[in-house]
Amino acid sequence: MNNLFWKITVRDIKLSWHGGSTSSMVVAFFIIVVSLFPLGIGPEQNMLARIAVGVIWVAALLACLLSLDRIFQADYEDGSLDQYALSPLPLELTVLAKALAHWVTTSVPLILITPLLGILMNMDDAAFMPLIYAMLAGTPALSLIGTIGASLTVSLRRGGVLLSLLILPLYVPVLIFGVMAVDAMVMKIGSNAPLLFLGAFTLFSLAITPWASAAAVRLALD
Amino acid sequence: MKILETFCATNLSVNRGDRLVFQGLGFELRGGEILKLVGPNGSGKSTLLKTLAGLIDATDGDILSDENSVLGDAEWAARNLCYLGHKNALKREFTVLENIEFWAGVWGNQDKITLSIEQMGIGYLADTPVRYLSSGQTRRTALARSLCHNAKIWLYDEPTVGLDDQGLGLLADAMKKHMASGGMIICATHVDLGLDKDTIKTLNLADFPASASALVDQW
Repeated sequence: MNNLFWKITVRDIKLSWHGGSTSSMVVAFFIIVVSLFPLGIGPEQNMLARIAVGVIWVAALLACLLSLDRIFQADYEDGSLDQYALSPLPLELTVLAKALAHWVTTSVPLILITPLLGILMNMDDAAFMPLIYAMLAGTPALSLIGTIGASLTVSLRRGGVLLSLLILPLYVPVLIFGVMAVDAMVMKIGSNAPLLFLGAFTLFSLAITPWASAAAVRLALD
Repeated sequence: MKILETFCATNLSVNRGDRLVFQGLGFELRGGEILKLVGPNGSGKSTLLKTLAGLIDATDGDILSDENSVLGDAEWAARNLCYLGHKNALKREFTVLENIEFWAGVWGNQDKITLSIEQMGIGYLADTPVRYLSSGQTRRTALARSLCHNAKIWLYDEPTVGLDDQGLGLLADAMKKHMASGGMIICATHVDLGLDKDTIKTLNLADFPASASALVDQW
């Protein structure tokens, strides 16, 4: 059972490397969106430093959103999803394996490139590590919630826009607590409630995603 | 593994959207037999196969295996059913062998890979990515993949699409071998596969039309 879970994750990661490597495109999109802000606002260093964390988080949400439709779309179109539904691994675990593959191929590269963008945005030196911690705690929720949205829109031919409308409002808690957690760590207030909220939101989405997403996939296959 | 004696459906009705596709459908199949599904386009052959596989919920009726109801039993279905639909479920990016290896691994039957590739005569394609294959070769790959399944019951939806004469012969041989070992096949096809007449049962979906009165009852 366990073995099967990893097999599906590894297969999805391999697939994202084949066929034009979506990971590198998501990273490129992330860099471009963030670099638009200095161009739009002008080279005012204090202003950029103040909005840096928020901008990076927003760009991460958008980059994540961009790659959601590939979680199920190809598998739905070529019939692999039928076979997954009939495989010995419960569908609940299959969707979780696919969410994990999405996190590895999307969020991990984003987190790795974040320090570079911090420099671009003249981010406070003390904020680099806190931002990475906050992203590690918050980005799994983006992939998990996104998996629910992707499974709800998989049977629609052009579900991309609807997917954004469904999912972006649900990403708001991650954005709010993600930015607040970084601020709290920079100011060294001691206890860090926003970071705990962020972690709690990730755990909450981990708890509901398997059931919600598997149910939506079953409906799509009907 | 316990040998399945019978597989049958009783009084099966299926809705898709608001439309009743067929109703009151029943059949009984024994080990070593093939059930050939025929009927005009849209009469519900694919729907029936998907219902038996558990991908679509039946509105009414029951599916029995050795007199135990297996309707909605996903674990039973995963062990005993091998479904091959219109779509081949192959990744264009991977080679023939990688595709087959993955699913054989999912089903835990890696030892059957070599034999099944040989059986469908695609050994020379093993290292070719699926995107370079013709439609017939792709179909053969999908069939070889499904031969890796240990299932007693095969659910095939138009397995012959795109196959040439040699491919048809290889498919018929594989089916005969499966039936000789006590397996069952439910297959939607219009092609004569040259199987032993005694083992073929035919189910015409047109015999179970959704009557207007049934629709009224639904409402």
